[in-house]
Order: sequence, then structure tokens, then C-alpha cells
Amino acid sequence: MAVRTYYPLYTIVRDSRKCIGCRACERQCGNGAHIYHPETDALIENDEKCVNCQRCVAICPTRALQIEKSHNHYRENANWSAEAMDEIYRQADSGGVLLSSMGNPKEYPVYFDHLLVNASQVTNPPIDPLREPMETKVFLGSKPSRIERDAQGRIQCNQMPHLTLSMPVMFSAMSYGSISYHAHECLARASKELGIFYNTGEGGLHEDLYRFGDNTIVQVASGRFGVHPRYLNSGAAIEIKMGQGAKPGIGGHLPGTKIVGDISRTRMIPEGSDAISPAPHHDIYSIEDLRQLVYSLKEATNYEKPVIVKIAAVHNVSAIASGIARSGADIISIDGFRGGTGAAPTRIRDHVGIPLELALASVDKRLRDEGIRDQISIVAGGSIRSSADVVKAIALGADCVAIATSALLALGCHLCRSCHTGRCNWGIATHVPELVKRLDPEEGSKRLVNLLTAWRHEIKEMMGGMGINSIESLRGNRLMLRGVGLNEKELSILGIQHAGE
Amino acid sequence: MRVSAKDIDFRKLNQQIKSTPEDVYIEACYGQRFLASGLAGTKQVTIQGTPGNALGAYLDGATLVVEGNAQDAVGDTMNGGKIIIHGNAGDELGYAMRDGRILVKGNAGYRTGIHMKEYREKKPVIVVGGQVGSFLGEYLAGGLIVVLGLGAQEAPVGNFTGTGMHGGKIFIRTEQELKGLPAQVTAELAGTDALAEIVPYVQEFAAYFGMEAEALLNSRFYRLTPNAKNPYKQLYTAY
Repeated sequence: MAVRTYYPLYTIVRDSRKCIGCRACERQCGNGAHIYHPETDALIENDEKCVNCQRCVAICPTRALQIEKSHNHYRENANWSAEAMDEIYRQADSGGVLLSSMGNPKEYPVYFDHLLVNASQVTNPPIDPLREPMETKVFLGSKPSRIERDAQGRIQCNQMPHLTLSMPVMFSAMSYGSISYHAHECLARASKELGIFYNTGEGGLHEDLYRFGDNTIVQVASGRFGVHPRYLNSGAAIEIKMGQGAKPGIGGHLPGTKIVGDISRTRMIPEGSDAISPAPHHDIYSIEDLRQLVYSLKEATNYEKPVIVKIAAVHNVSAIASGIARSGADIISIDGFRGGTGAAPTRIRDHVGIPLELALASVDKRLRDEGIRDQISIVAGGSIRSSADVVKAIALGADCVAIATSALLALGCHLCRSCHTGRCNWGIATHVPELVKRLDPEEGSKRLVNLLTAWRHEIKEMMGGMGINSIESLRGNRLMLRGVGLNEKELSILGIQHAGE
Repeated sequence: MRVSAKDIDFRKLNQQIKSTPEDVYIEACYGQRFLASGLAGTKQVTIQGTPGNALGAYLDGATLVVEGNAQDAVGDTMNGGKIIIHGNAGDELGYAMRDGRILVKGNAGYRTGIHMKEYREKKPVIVVGGQVGSFLGEYLAGGLIVVLGLGAQEAPVGNFTGTGMHGGKIFIRTEQELKGLPAQVTAELAGTDALAEIVPYVQEFAAYFGMEAEALLNSRFYRLTPNAKNPYKQLYTAY
């Protein structure tokens, strides 16, 4: 017998009193964690295969199933956690780079949870959003620095191309390939209904989704997959991806096994061939080079589309953002280190980059100090979990936030962080037809609309409480925030006072 | 239509190129960038002088002829059409190009043909008459690059040729040995059958620049191909 050095992380617990033997769990598990034995007419669990995606738990008609954290323990050690030991065993077995998905799950500080929002009392009274108009609309893009008039003194329209959103939330970039066609359709339909935007990521745009172009941001990344003039002109804006919060400094790699059918067609590469997005754009080594890509895209689209530059939150983010603001880009998108991914080397995901909150506050301050904040809008992403996070991000200086993990949760994701296996039982991060069809675009888009409609109400309520009736008056309004349990340095970077001050 | 590029910025010049249905002849080009970017259709744009960076980026059909030298990022993410350069080209020639042809009579710089890719009937081709710098065809995913090495004493490529290559082919005409190729690349001397693939492109090159295709083809060529289309397959362990 081969020695297996690590024990399954989860134990599937089946309550035999409740189980009616319908075998739904067996049919629903794409990982093969439930096995039917005809000789004994019994369902047996293969814990080794379980990723704790909760699909069987959710589908079991009698609630007979639970997934527990395995009770098997290594000898306790405050330094060597079971996870650290397991990772050693896995690498010793395979010789491979550890790969994982979704956002950084480690216990770093979550600054949003140390920020508290203000409310009006007595003077500057709160506003009741049910009876007063509340404006949540935002406009993203470069703002003209002055009013221009013609010879007759009439005001000239010198508005630069921009994006109009009904509320300060958009969906972040997720490629067709990393997520399923149905997931993409959910995002596209919801964006249209909500008056916001979704983002193609670096996977091209499926022919059938061109009709959602007015609500689509098309991405150009280092691999340029599916990028051609019609694609560039089909969206409302173009995003240049320089980096991603989950894997700063790392390129992308969609394995050849996932380049099948329509994904191959949309990326415009042969089936079975790896889709490699190199870490750098090989034509960008400076802000001047970035400016060149920004302007070549503007030239190719007749200056009709705002250009977004997306970067990961890293150490010198404010200096980088200052350069981007001067590159001719209209919008900068900052992705914090909690941002999700369809696959990233674990060590990169968990140890590279900085928290969004600190990056955002520092970028906003730097751009204000330099007098160029109006030249560029800021989109903040990387684990925005609720409307409270949205409000806090805007008060820290964002014009708008981008959500992806929250959106996938709305579609059924349970954060099992196994996207890279391609066997997502919720039909999101998979291309297996019988798994993809579990995600109904009609139902999924409705759930996304529900989520953001609820957030919008909550945002209005918090705005009303602060006595603010337009979301734009909240942007960078740090007086609305106080910190709890933060040290002087953290407060100074965030540009806020401690609660009680 | 004849246009003098003297003292006009790239945006105005590009508007003139794009707004006419006729062929365009640009005189006195002094480094204006982004010329003909995203241009489609069948017209020909001829440039006398030196166009700036990103000439023909996202080009989607037209023919661009440069009578002198071109600079960096010619044909970036080109999706169709043809670019003919009678002098030298700069760095990043044909980056991520998907279709169409680029023919350069002289030399090209670093990072030529990086991450070119092909798909079905789309197949990008670059022919460089002289030599190229380092990083030729890095991450090559498809298409064809031919380096003829005219006038080169040494091997006409620099270091790191084809690093990360996982598709496409590179042909290099040289009497020298090719040294220091990365592990992802298989290099072999091209026989008649292998060379058949580049014959039409070399003939086209020779016709444009007044050379003898026969003489060019009757030479020693290396053919570089990737040894795996999934170079990163063994790199990861999932959990």
C-alpha cells in the first residue's frame, strides 16, 4: 500500500436516518465524492475528493448531508500549522508549484472592518431615502479642467468620453474561460438591467454577447486574446490589464484542456493550446510606453471610449497611479490583494500585494496632492463584500468599486477555492456542459440584480444617515470615517481620525 | 491623395488617412505615431519618411508601405492586411499579431514577433530580410517568422530565441550554428518539404524588394518548432 502523507481536509457526514437514497448527491458531485455501491445499495463518501463546495448539501432534499472539517489532527504546533505541513507533503509528492483559486484567505488585517461610518445627529439632519431623492449615479472618466466657451460666449461641450453607472458598483474582469458562458451571460444581462458594466477579462467576447456591448468593458491584456478592432469598438470602454490583485507580477495561464469549443473560438487560438498571458506586456517598460498603448487604443476607436488601466495594489501604488494618470488613461482600477482569481500560484496569491484600503487612500491622496485627481477616476476592487465596504471605499477616495467574488457568491459559489480544477459544481468555473447548465442565466442574472438592488438601498440609507444625498459628495470624504483599533501610521495612511477624536 | 505630414500631429494625420476612400501617399513623415491604427479595407497607405511607433497597430486589412525605416511596435496586435517596410523596423515588430503579413527588407529589433498566434484561416507571417535582435518569437503561439539574414556575418538572431514558444514556426537562414536555444524549442535543418511552407512568402518578399527568390531559398535554413503546446503543464500541483 502506498503511504498517503496527508489526510482529506473534509469529512462528508451523512445522516442515515434522513437519507432516502435518492442519489442526488452522487449525480450532482462533479468531483466524485459520493459513490453508489449497487451490491450493498449504499452511498459511500470519498472524502478525498470533497472540496467543500456545498453543492450536495444544498441539493439534498432531506438535509441529510453536512460537510465537516476533518477531525484528524496532527500533533499540535503553534508554528507548523496542518496547512503548512500538508503543503510540504503535496510539494514533496509532486514537485509542482502550489496552485489555488479565489482570493487570499489568510489572516491579514481587513481594514474595512476597522472603519466606522458617521451619521448625522441634530445639526445637518439625516435624510430619509424613502421620501427624498438620493443620487447614486456616477460618471467615470477624465473631467474637463475648465469650462470652454465659443466666440459668442456659449458653453462648449468639452466632456471627454466617460461611463455612466446607475450606482457606484461594476463587475470586475472575469474571462470567458475562467468562468462559464452562462456565468458571463448572467453578468451581461444583470449589467444591462442595472445600468452598470461587466468586464470581459482577457478571453475575448463571445459572439452572442456583443449585443450587451453598451454594458461591456473589453479588456486588453498581455496575451491580446480575442483582441481585434471590432472587439475594441464593441464595448463601452477598454481596460488595459497591467496587473491583478490576486497575482501581482504574474501572468495568466489557461491550460489547454480548457481551450475547447467556443472558448477556443472566442480567444481565437487553437483547441488544446495553452493560453499564456505573459507577466509583462512586452511593449510596456515605462509610463511612456503605457501612454503609447493607451493612445493606440484611442486612435483605433476614434477617441470614443474611455481607457481604463488596471493595476494590482503593490508597494509603490501611488507613484504608479500618478504615472497612469499622466499616461492619458481616463480611469485607473486598483485591485487589492484580496482579489479573486480563477487560478494563481498560492504563494503569490497569499503573500504578494497590499490591502486595497491602504492603496486606495494613498492613491487618492497622491493624486489630490498633485492636483490631477480630476484627470482620472478610481475604481477600487479586491474583496468588496457588502454595501458597507462600498460606502467605505468611496469615502476613502474611490469613484466606484468593482466586485467579482461577491457576484459569484450571488450565483451560488461557496468559495471552495477550487476553480482551477474546472469541475465547479455550481456551473460557474467550469465548461463541462452538464455542470454549466446548472447555472440558469435567467435566474442567475435575477440574483445579481437582487443583490445590487439591495446594496443600492443600503447605500442610500447610509448616505441618508450621513446627510449626504449624492454619492459624489461622499467620494474622498474622509470626515465620514473613523478608525477603531488602528495605530497612528495606519490612521495616517488612511487619512482618517480614530473613533472618539 | 497626397498628404504632407509636415507640422501635423498624429491625430490629424490619422483622421486624413481614415476619412478618404482613396489610396494615400504621405510625404515628409516625421515620427507621427499610431498611423493607420485599426485601419480596415483595401486601400494602400504609402509613407515617405519615418513613421513613429505603433504604425498599423490593430491593422485589419489595408496595405501600408514604408519607403524608409519604421520604428517600434509596428503591427501590434495586427488582425489582417500587409505592412511592407523598405528599410529597417524597430523593436516589438508584430507583437501578438494574428493575421496578415509584415515584410521588412532590412533588419528588425528586439522582441520581433512575440506571442504571435494563429487561428483557423488566420495565420500571421513576418519576413525579415536582414537580422533581428534578441527574444525573437518569444511565447510564439502560432504563425510563421522567417529571418533571411542577408548581410549578416554571424547567426542573424540574438539571444533567447523562441523562449516559451508553444506554437508556430521560425525559419532562420544561416550558415552558422544556432546556439543557446531554450529548452522549449526544437531546431532542425529544414529540408525541401519543410521549406515548401515558406516559398510563397519568400517569393512575395523577393518580388517586393527586387531580389531572386530562388537564390534566397536555395540556402541552409533552420526550422524552429515548439516541443510542446502545453509548456507549463507539469509546473503546477493543484489542491
